[in-house]
Amino acid sequence: MIELKFNIEGGDFDRAGTASSETKKVLKQLNIDPKVIKRAVVALYEAEVNIAAHAYRGIVKVSVSDHQIVAILKDEGPGIADIDRAMLEGFSTASPKVREMGFGAGMGLPNMKKNADELQVESTPGEGTTVKMIFDF
Amino acid sequence: MVKILNKMKIEKIIQLLDAKIVCGQHRISDEILNAFSSDLMSDVLTLDAENILLITGLVNVQIIRTAEVAEIHYLLIVRNKKVPDDIVELANTLNMVLIESPYSMFKASGILYANGLNPLY
Repeated sequence: MIELKFNIEGGDFDRAGTASSETKKVLKQLNIDPKVIKRAVVALYEAEVNIAAHAYRGIVKVSVSDHQIVAILKDEGPGIADIDRAMLEGFSTASPKVREMGFGAGMGLPNMKKNADELQVESTPGEGTTVKMIFDF
Repeated sequence: MVKILNKMKIEKIIQLLDAKIVCGQHRISDEILNAFSSDLMSDVLTLDAENILLITGLVNVQIIRTAEVAEIHYLLIVRNKKVPDDIVELANTLNMVLIESPYSMFKASGILYANGLNPLY
């Protein structure tokens, strides 16, 4: 079992994506199927960008066993008031700054759901959000 | 009807678009099958295809990160935008090809399409 841990700062778009990038390198070294790697890092990147876009800070933990990748992203932030609505394609509360970066189209959570075999989102408004994704291989 | 899929070399793209390669010169003979134009990285992240040319007018570090996770190795920057050195450096470490063209996204896409480069959808 391999475990990786990264810290993410809210609003830091210069570094957003580095956790996904580092994770990709490790998954490649482990010779995991490239299709699984792509699903995992695309979903992880979406989740990472969400923390940079919406939260104050967050921690990413990725663990890799012989049959699955588990990613847990826990943030301190405003939380999600209505998760069902946030899961809808096109629903977004992103700032103009985030949209200028090419994000905030309301596709992040739906795309994470599409790429992960399992997605759990738990959130407490005013405290933060925890996202858990599982990728089987 | 049989659809013939044309591939296009990077050097041909450069010639057609009055463009300049700023990173990945050694891959100038690589061939591309499909292209996708977007300033919306959220859309790029939903693509299932790989080895495509991404045509964008957006220049920031996240276009490189997006391309990295989406397995896109070829980026065409339109509207005469210049890619800053630190972004070129990052693309270089990831073995990507970066091309800059003075043309608009519409004109660049139109010329490549007219010359046989395939759309993704």
